[in-house]
Amino acid sequence: MRATLIGIRRFSGLSDPAPSLSIRDAAFSWEGGFGIEIADFDLKARERVLLLGPSGGGKSTFLNLVAGITTPSRGRIDVLGTDIARLRGARVDRFRVDSFGIIFQMFNLMPWLSALDNVLVPLRFSRLRRRRAGDARAEASRLLGALGIDAALFNQRAGTLSVGQQQRVAAARALIGGPGIILADEPTSALDRANARAFLDLLLAEQETAQAALLMVSHDETLADAFDRVVRLDDIARVSGGVAA
Amino acid sequence: MSLLRLALLSLWNRRLTAILTILGIALSVTLFLSVEKLRTGARESFANTISGTDLIVGARAGDVQLLLYSVFRIGDATNNITWESYQDIAGRSEVDWIVPISLGDSHRGYRVVGTTAGFFDHYRYRRDTGLRFGAGTTLDDLFDTVIGADVAMALDYQVGDRIVVSHGTGRGGGAGHDDKPFRVTGILDRTGTPVDRAVYVSLEAIEAIHVDWQGGGRVEGLKIPVERVRNMDLTPGTVTAALVGLKSRITTFRFQRFVNEYDEEPLTAILPGVALSNLWSLVGVAERALSAVSLMVVVTALLGLVTTLLASLEERRREMAILRANGASPRTISVLLTAESGLIALAGALLGLVFLYVLLFALQPLLDARFGLYLKVDAPNLRDCTILGIVVLAGMAAGFIPAWRAYRRSLADGMSIRS
Repeated sequence: MRATLIGIRRFSGLSDPAPSLSIRDAAFSWEGGFGIEIADFDLKARERVLLLGPSGGGKSTFLNLVAGITTPSRGRIDVLGTDIARLRGARVDRFRVDSFGIIFQMFNLMPWLSALDNVLVPLRFSRLRRRRAGDARAEASRLLGALGIDAALFNQRAGTLSVGQQQRVAAARALIGGPGIILADEPTSALDRANARAFLDLLLAEQETAQAALLMVSHDETLADAFDRVVRLDDIARVSGGVAA
Repeated sequence: MSLLRLALLSLWNRRLTAILTILGIALSVTLFLSVEKLRTGARESFANTISGTDLIVGARAGDVQLLLYSVFRIGDATNNITWESYQDIAGRSEVDWIVPISLGDSHRGYRVVGTTAGFFDHYRYRRDTGLRFGAGTTLDDLFDTVIGADVAMALDYQVGDRIVVSHGTGRGGGAGHDDKPFRVTGILDRTGTPVDRAVYVSLEAIEAIHVDWQGGGRVEGLKIPVERVRNMDLTPGTVTAALVGLKSRITTFRFQRFVNEYDEEPLTAILPGVALSNLWSLVGVAERALSAVSLMVVVTALLGLVTTLLASLEERRREMAILRANGASPRTISVLLTAESGLIALAGALLGLVFLYVLLFALQPLLDARFGLYLKVDAPNLRDCTILGIVVLAGMAAGFIPAWRAYRRSLADGMSIRS
């Protein structure tokens, strides 16, 4: 079903547009000697990919590389047509917020800000997303509503919301201003099964509306059916424990 | 949402520690500024110990020494001025007024000053403040005495009390002139100058109590009763020093030269202001030490600020990671942290200023009445503002250390946030 959706190309006239994310032979190693090598990985526009891997299996390093928080020692990481490994300093931070909506495992929000203000944070740093969002508060309210947050909670401090509500606020923040790619790092692991499913459904629906690609990292294989593609980290990356790569 | 609002909201979230830090800085700023105030106040009070007097004349001596014994009543004169020289100087046309000072006796540890009623008219302190009688009146009868405020308070004297003067200046030492008691006729208001710590009698009285004395002791068997003394010639042979007011300030240096080159005996004339600042430069070491101590207090408070920021950093890792994930550059995070410490320091500095003025308003009358220390309540001067500015800048600089750590840590933490 998703395959047909992906078939509808909306950007330019190309039948096969550039992938949202493309990694070619990238490598990175921490000073301690822990390293990762990624041979090839593509995330197509609007594609939903579930990246499966055990905890501590290099998922964080993988996401850090993708988001440009760490710089690879070699290779290319193209994000929406830009080699993020070549960006330096503040530009990579700007590029990150322009391109990615990021959802963490937990503690996504600044607990002293209201739900609405939390959603608005990326717009503070991304002019691109600010422009796309239009009326920022209206758009934030719309997203929160669509993700099932009661309007009465919009102006409540995020710290007073339940974990499930907090994750949905985080999803709204990731989606606002239409970034090309949603990165989600085990966003459901802090939720119980029913909540996890409900959260995922809402996230996927909004991701579809926003026409963003979704790369979600998880160790939970039961979520696989909601994705276009399931990739095991072991298959695309080699993690070395002792020797620097 | 502006970065400032983000910083403020984040700070508000940690308001308890923030308020404590602000209080710490405020208190140390208050301490520093009030020490500065006291310091300048003390210096000014000191510099204004004597004013309106153009020259102080005494036997040949160093100017600080002459100032010490004539004004501060510390130490003794090596020599006196003969009455003839005194009269000679008093008769000069440049002289507007002259007040003699005769020292050598004491009353229960307080110096007795033989002088004239002119002393109470001409002595000025704190720019142009004259002496005032808190109770009673000036010297009139031969055995009248006027006492300073400290003497009256310490010894609990009232107008009308009878006191006895001792020979010599040792505390309680020396033989007593107990056959010729004095009556307290006036008590001076507090001035915060050595005037408060002296007992004033007329020049003639000094002669009178010594008529039956010779050298350092009473002449054996000679006891001249008060009634007979009153009829004797009580013109003094010498005086210790003299305060001189000139008709015109322009003649000051010429007149000083005249005294210094006086033929009949070696004399010294000093300008009180110059001698006072010479003396202050000797005392200035203590003043600088006081400054240094209060400066250290400010430094300690700033170190406390760094400590607080560093400690709060741990609980703020989450905040930093969220901000980085949402496009905040390390520089933005540094700006946030330095802005925060800057805000804390600014709030502390301003609050410290408020505390200072509250203290000043509350304590100024008390300090003036109890210690004769007059502190002006005026707008912060350039020096105060500089100090406040330095505190704020140092506060911001203090934020750099946590900012740098936050930057390093946000790199290491990356996308994975452990709470």
